[in-house]
Amino acid sequence: MRFNNSLVLVVVLASCAAASAQTNKYANVGKTATPEEIKAMDLTVLPSGKGLPPGQGSAKQGASLYAAHCAMCHGTTGKEGGPLAPKLIGDTTFERGPVTSWPFATSIWDYINRAMPRYDERVLKPDQVYAVTAFLLYRGGIVKEDDVMDAKSLAEVQMPNRNGWVPAALEDIPNLKKRAGHNGQYPGPDPDAAAKSK
Amino acid sequence: MGAKKSDRRQFLKNGAALAGIAAGVAAVRSAGAQGLVPQTRQSLKNAIDQETKDTYEGTPGPAPGQAFDAIYGVRSRYETSGRIGGVGAFHHGANGKFNRPFLGAMTPLQDVMGHITPSPLHYYDSHGYLPPDIDPKEHRLLLHGMVDRSMIFTMDDLKRMPSVTRTHFIECNANGATAGHGADAEATPQITHGLTSCSIWTGVVLSRVLEMVGVQKSATWMLAESAEGTRFSKGIPMEKAMDDCMLAWGQNGEAVRPEQGYPLRLISPGYEGIYNVKWLRRLEFTDSPEIAQRELYYITTVDEGKFADHKARWFRFEVGTNSVITRPAGGQKLDTPGYCEITGLAWSGAAAIRRVEISTDGGKTWKDAELQGPVVPKAHTRFGFPWTWDGKETVIMSRSTDEKGQVQPTLAELGKVWDVSADYLRTHGLGHANAIRPWKVSANGSVYNAI
Repeated sequence: MRFNNSLVLVVVLASCAAASAQTNKYANVGKTATPEEIKAMDLTVLPSGKGLPPGQGSAKQGASLYAAHCAMCHGTTGKEGGPLAPKLIGDTTFERGPVTSWPFATSIWDYINRAMPRYDERVLKPDQVYAVTAFLLYRGGIVKEDDVMDAKSLAEVQMPNRNGWVPAALEDIPNLKKRAGHNGQYPGPDPDAAAKSK
Repeated sequence: MGAKKSDRRQFLKNGAALAGIAAGVAAVRSAGAQGLVPQTRQSLKNAIDQETKDTYEGTPGPAPGQAFDAIYGVRSRYETSGRIGGVGAFHHGANGKFNRPFLGAMTPLQDVMGHITPSPLHYYDSHGYLPPDIDPKEHRLLLHGMVDRSMIFTMDDLKRMPSVTRTHFIECNANGATAGHGADAEATPQITHGLTSCSIWTGVVLSRVLEMVGVQKSATWMLAESAEGTRFSKGIPMEKAMDDCMLAWGQNGEAVRPEQGYPLRLISPGYEGIYNVKWLRRLEFTDSPEIAQRELYYITTVDEGKFADHKARWFRFEVGTNSVITRPAGGQKLDTPGYCEITGLAWSGAAAIRRVEISTDGGKTWKDAELQGPVVPKAHTRFGFPWTWDGKETVIMSRSTDEKGQVQPTLAELGKVWDVSADYLRTHGLGHANAIRPWKVSANGSVYNAI
C-alpha cells in the first residue's frame, strides 16, 4: 500500500509538471522575476499601508526637508502654491489642497516618494518621506507636531475628507453596475436598460 | 572623380528629367556599374547630397523651406498643419534645472484625412514632463503582485509573442470642452475636440501575457506604472485588463512615438486617455486600487443641483459616444453658396459607431450620414453627408449612436445627467463632455462655434 501511495504521488506530481509546462505556450519568452528585481522596481503603496517600507519621521524633522526640497514651488508654508505647483494645504472642498482633501495619507506618502521633488524624483530616503509627510499632515491640522509617522501609524491616520469621494467604498469603484452605467456617469445611462432597448 | 561627375551630368542631361530619389538612385547605379544594389543609409544620403549639389550648382539653390529626406521622408512645405497647445509655463529655478516647458498639444482634427491621425499629429498631454529617453534594449516590463509567477519581459520577448494590429482612438477626459476656449465663437475642431486621436496600434493582447503570469482570481486591479520621471501610475479594473487591453510597440506602421510612450504603451481601448499608460514599465496585480495622485486629480465636482454635495466623483472609465463635424466647422469659411460635403468624425468608448445623423437646420430635422468604412469598435469613424448650402445663415450639427444604443446628448441633455443647466456647462468643465457640437454658418460663409 505504501508503495502504491508513493506511486500515485509521483504520477500526480508528473502530471502537474506537464500541466504547468502546457500553460506556458510561449517557451523561453520572458523570465521569472527574482524578489530582488521586484524590490528594485516596486513603488506601490496601497491605502491599507501595504508597501510602506520600514522607517519613520515626524513633523519637526520634516520642516527643514520641506524648506530645502519643496518650498521653492509649493510656498514656505504649503498654503501658497505657485504658478507651477499647487498649494498643498487647502480645505476639504477640492481647492487643490491635496493634504487636506485626499482620502488617504498613504497617497501623500506614495506621491512624494515616487514623483517628488520634481526633476530630482526619488532622492528622499524613506525616513525623509515619512518626515515630509508628517510635516504636511501637521500643517494641515491632521496630526500633532510630535506624532511619529511610520508604516503602521501612517496607514491609521484618519483623513478629514475620507468620505468626500464617490463611491466612497474602494470595492465599489470597479463595479460598473453599482456605478450606474458603463460610461462611469453619475447617475448615467443604465447598460441593462440600453441592452433591453435594443 | 571629374570624369565620373561629368558622366553623371551627361546622364542627367540625356536622361530624362527624372527627379528626386529616382534620379539619385539611377546615378549611383551608373557610377557603380554593378546594377542596382541595396543602398546603405549613408550611401543613399551621399547620393542624394551629390544629386542636390549637381542639380543646384550655380543656381540660387532649392526654394527656401524645401526639404527632401530620402531616409525618413518629410511632407510638402505647403502642408503646415500642426498641433497646438502647450500651456507654455516654464519652471523657474536658480540652478537652471527647471527650465522645462509644460507639454501638451491638440490634434488639428479639421485637417486630418480619413479616420487615422498621423502619428506626429496625435494629441498628447504629458502633464508637464518631457518624454523620457528610453533605450528599448534596456527597457523591461515587470508583472508581479497577485500572480502565480512574477515575470520580466524585454521588448524582444514581447515581440516574439503573437501580435495583433488594431485601430483605436485615445481621448482625454477633458475633450469636447463646452466651457473656456471650448465655448469661444472662434473655436476650431482642434480647440473643441483636438484631445482625441486615432492610431493603428500593433502589439500583443494583454490577456495573453496575463495568462503567462497566472493572475490570481482575488486580484481586482491592475496597477500600471510608467517609466517617466514621476513614475505615473494608474489603476485599471481587472475586468478591463482581461478584456481588450493591449501592449503596443507599433503605431501606424512604425514604432510608437516617444511622446506616445516609446517603446511600450498600454492601450485601454475606449477608456480615458490616462488609462493608456505610456512608457510602461510595471504591472502589479492587487485587490485594492492604489489611489494614486492622478486618481485624485481627474475628478468631477459639481456646484449646482443635486450633486452639489461637496463630494468628488472619481474613477470615470469609458468615454461616451461622440462626434464632431470637421468641415465645414469653426474657423473655416465657405467662399460661395453651393455644394459642400459635410464630413467629420464619430467615436465611442463603448462600441462601434452604428449611426451618425446630421442636422442642417439647427436640430429641427435629422438625416443619416454615410459611414465611411472601416467601422470598428472604439475607433474614429469618418462620416460624410451631401449638402448644398443656400447662402443663408444656419446651424449644422452631428449626432452619433453607438452599437450599445448610446445616443450623443445635446448640451442640455448632458446637463440633465448632472442636474445642471446648459449654461452651467458653458462656464464649468465637467469632463466627458460628449455634447453635440453646433457650428453656425453665417450668411457670409464664416463658420462659428455655437455651443
